[in-house]
Amino acid sequence: MNNEDIPNLTAFDEASLGEAFATVERQARNAAAALGTPEAVEAFRLEWLGRKQGRLNEVSSRWLKAAPVESKKPLGLRFNALKAVVEGLLDEALGSGPSDAALAAEAIDITLPGTRRLTGAEHPITKTLNEITRVFAALGYSVGVGPEVETDFYNFESMNFPPGHPARDTQDTLVVANQERRSQRDRLLLRTHTSPVQMRTMESQPPPVRIVIPGKVHRNDAQDATHSPIFHQVEGLCVDTNITFSDLKGTLDHAMKALFGSAVKTRFFPSFFPFTEPSADVQISCIFCGGKGCRKCKNSGWIELLGCGMVDPAVFAFAQEKQPAYDPKKISGFAFGMGVERIAMMKYGVSEIGQFYAGDMRFLGQFA
Amino acid sequence: MNILTKWLRAYLPGLPVDDAQLAEDLTLRGIAVEGIYSLGDGNGSLYEMDITTNRVDAMNHYGVAREAAAIYGLALPALNFPLPQAKAAKSPFSVRIEAEDVCGRYTARVLRGVKIADSRDWFPGVEVSTYFGLLQQKCISNAVDATNYAWIAMGQPTHAFDLDKIVGGIVVRRALKGEKLKTLDGMERTLDPEDLVVADHAKALALAGVMGGWDTMITPATTNVLVEAAWFDPMAVRKTARRHGLHTDASHRFERGADFNAATVASALVSSILLANGGSIEGDLVDVRIPAIEACTANRKPVSLELSEVHRILGATVDEEGITAATVEVVLKALGCELTKTVDAAWLVTLPSWRLDLDRDIDLIEEVARVYGYNRFRNTLPAFGEGVHALPWAEKEAAVRGTFMSAGFHEAIASTFCSAAEAALSAPQPGLVVPLGNPLSEEAGVLRPSLVPGMLGMIAGNLHRDVNDVRLFELGTVFSGTTEKVDERPAVAFGAVGSLPEQGALHPARAIDFHDVKGAVEQVLARFQARAVYFDRFPAEAALTPEWLHPYRAARVAVEGATVGWFGQLHPRQAAARKLKEPVLVGELYLDRLYNLPLRKTAVREISRFQPVRRDFSLVLDESIPWETIDRALAGLQIPELVDWRVREVFRDAKIGAREYSLLLGATFQAPDRTLREEELQNFQARVVAAVGKAGARLRA
Repeated sequence: MNNEDIPNLTAFDEASLGEAFATVERQARNAAAALGTPEAVEAFRLEWLGRKQGRLNEVSSRWLKAAPVESKKPLGLRFNALKAVVEGLLDEALGSGPSDAALAAEAIDITLPGTRRLTGAEHPITKTLNEITRVFAALGYSVGVGPEVETDFYNFESMNFPPGHPARDTQDTLVVANQERRSQRDRLLLRTHTSPVQMRTMESQPPPVRIVIPGKVHRNDAQDATHSPIFHQVEGLCVDTNITFSDLKGTLDHAMKALFGSAVKTRFFPSFFPFTEPSADVQISCIFCGGKGCRKCKNSGWIELLGCGMVDPAVFAFAQEKQPAYDPKKISGFAFGMGVERIAMMKYGVSEIGQFYAGDMRFLGQFA
Repeated sequence: MNILTKWLRAYLPGLPVDDAQLAEDLTLRGIAVEGIYSLGDGNGSLYEMDITTNRVDAMNHYGVAREAAAIYGLALPALNFPLPQAKAAKSPFSVRIEAEDVCGRYTARVLRGVKIADSRDWFPGVEVSTYFGLLQQKCISNAVDATNYAWIAMGQPTHAFDLDKIVGGIVVRRALKGEKLKTLDGMERTLDPEDLVVADHAKALALAGVMGGWDTMITPATTNVLVEAAWFDPMAVRKTARRHGLHTDASHRFERGADFNAATVASALVSSILLANGGSIEGDLVDVRIPAIEACTANRKPVSLELSEVHRILGATVDEEGITAATVEVVLKALGCELTKTVDAAWLVTLPSWRLDLDRDIDLIEEVARVYGYNRFRNTLPAFGEGVHALPWAEKEAAVRGTFMSAGFHEAIASTFCSAAEAALSAPQPGLVVPLGNPLSEEAGVLRPSLVPGMLGMIAGNLHRDVNDVRLFELGTVFSGTTEKVDERPAVAFGAVGSLPEQGALHPARAIDFHDVKGAVEQVLARFQARAVYFDRFPAEAALTPEWLHPYRAARVAVEGATVGWFGQLHPRQAAARKLKEPVLVGELYLDRLYNLPLRKTAVREISRFQPVRRDFSLVLDESIPWETIDRALAGLQIPELVDWRVREVFRDAKIGAREYSLLLGATFQAPDRTLREEELQNFQARVVAAVGKAGARLRA
């Protein structure tokens, strides 16, 4: 800041005035040239243009007051010109903003890590379930759900697992306590698959049906790397006139391509499920090696992914008890089911199924 | 079950493919070969099979050979084991079936003068020691190995008794109450009156179709043998085996339905092996059959099948001509069916005795598709159905999930079960906890009545692994009721502990607290359209606050007067019991109640273009006066221009009274249609001061 004093004006001739005003203008210009920060600009404004203590005010009061009458007019003209210059300097300082040096003094370390908010992650099972239901929604399938505690009737009998049938051995069941005195079909158990919702859906509406059923299921299985007593399935059911096995193939082929990429191939081979006939297991070409064979597909080039089949007429017969339109001579349908954990493990490279249920922040955070 | 390709090729010398191709072709037709192991030069391969429960007929070498024959169109020679002429018996061996409902056939053959010895390759087609060696099936003696050989070869379980230990003859009956039997495994068993047994005239000899008895077993001293080959009812065998905790090669096959007609063939096979080492047959084969059972096994009524039905179910094939009548006939005949044409493209199909799984036309349609090859069907899509309907609560669930996620909580999934103690602690309705009959463990003894135990378990899991910042939520089902009737409801639990994520190099860390979690709850509730949302707390003596919560750092959430959840700091007692040192924040919302509300619909309000005026009021309040009182007082003013008021700061200060605190209230005034005048503002301010004064606050000097 310029601390030079304002010169005393002793003579009021043109030359003296010119010199005096030139000095003050030089002082103002020098001061303005050094301005860096907005604070300095404000200080400049106050120093030069302040109403009470401003230098221009001082010039005005000291010089103008002392001037003889005949010099007041030229002095006033020069004063106005000086004021315009100072105001111009101020405008310029305000317009161009702080100097580079002033900005450099405000430098920060941009290599320090950013402050991150936690982004909540959808559970990989939810994510996978939603992906699957979206694929089928595009094919016209609504979502259906049912209870996790089921009766023996819905879980087994109506799905054509008669009491005492060896096929029941393949689904070790967790049961609710104290069921022994109840009739077999009323006994409560933890559903072993989402298939019972097939029957609940058919009982509640006549054909046509296009439905996918995501849900949690339970089996009395020991936990290991790939098995868990708790897991999730997505079941599908399509019933209408003229639904064929080739429709089942086409639907699942389309769905697998939508889920895993258009290069994926499907292959069907016979299997057995009590509630479908013909029944099939579906393999997809290995998504890791493209079918050439690798460790993940045990060098077969194929990965088994789901079970499916044409709805067994015996299942329709159970549905007919409440909805006569499920006449297996007039309508037909297919059903399919897939394990969500298995798909999620494959998609995300999860090696231990138990990680899905441990609530470990380090695991879940990776899906954000 | 293991299968030798060497054995298969003995049945089908004309197999045109190598072992790898054969395995692939079988697998694609549902006879799944899971593993192939080469057994060295001249020995072929060992297949590890995974045969589905419905295909008991293929759980043996001859059955697999039958499938291969169908695939390649080969003829499979019938099994035939010629026996020497029998010596005449004084009287036929006595066999009586008492349990006619569950024993359909019992054949008995008496062999005398046999010599118990080690097994050998007895004659071409019966290479016992070679095949057993390759299968790593333990050789025991010619008699025991003969019966094993029979089921491995053709699937029919048989049994050899020491004839001299049998009193009188054979009776197939149900066990007597309290009857005892020592089985071949050395176990002394008390029989159930429902158990099916093979007995003699004095005692039970064997658990029919499950396991032989100790006392009549073949020993090195045995010279006279009774060979049993029978047909037992699947369910009866299954129940007997289950009751005694047994699962044997024999029961596995009988449970799934044996071949009624195989008994005589298997009896001949076993007898011929034993006789290869000496001895003779006495008398004719005793063969008792129950016609009612024969009629629903070997002699079932033919099934009618129409080609149009095959097409209706199976659809389009890659081959232009599709499934033809000729295809149907070739496939079904190869599998042992007999077809009689009724009209054009319709048949009456007689079913083979070994395929009890075939029963209806759909079963035959499956066989046609299976052998024809599933992958020769085209990929077609059904016509589009009706519109897609969303579940009524789908959008609400997504709103809850999305809000917790955007508040920085990760979604988790916990066990459906918890311990009885945890259930008692957390059940919103005490006593309505549903126990399991066969729980995985004591810790998983009941259906969870609340998501809180699972949430606490997951929080503890993280802390114990030194993951100190935890934010989790779980959307899941909670269970209540009795073992007669179980209710399921949706709920969401949430838990938080540790520092806020905003901590970084430039900001000090701050522990997450009650109000951070309350904020998340408020954000969730804000997604719903509700008139009255409030948080309250109950005095400890009311005993309304859940036991898992700190009674003075917890809140009930109520919407439209109904409780929709609880949250707050975990009770220090619970924290200590779980070895949690940091204060844990945890809560649960009952989503069924929240889902009764509609989602809030956005209706945009005009934003005033006139300047808002902010006025701060520094208040001093008694500790007993909560913010809610001030909040209500301001709301009660009903000044439309008072558009916002909030707590800017709460602090305690030595300069004010000991039982008092300071609160900086920030109020914003704004009109939609004008700039507020000074006199208006002064009037508003005066009313605010009066209202908070009436509520118990004084302005700080």
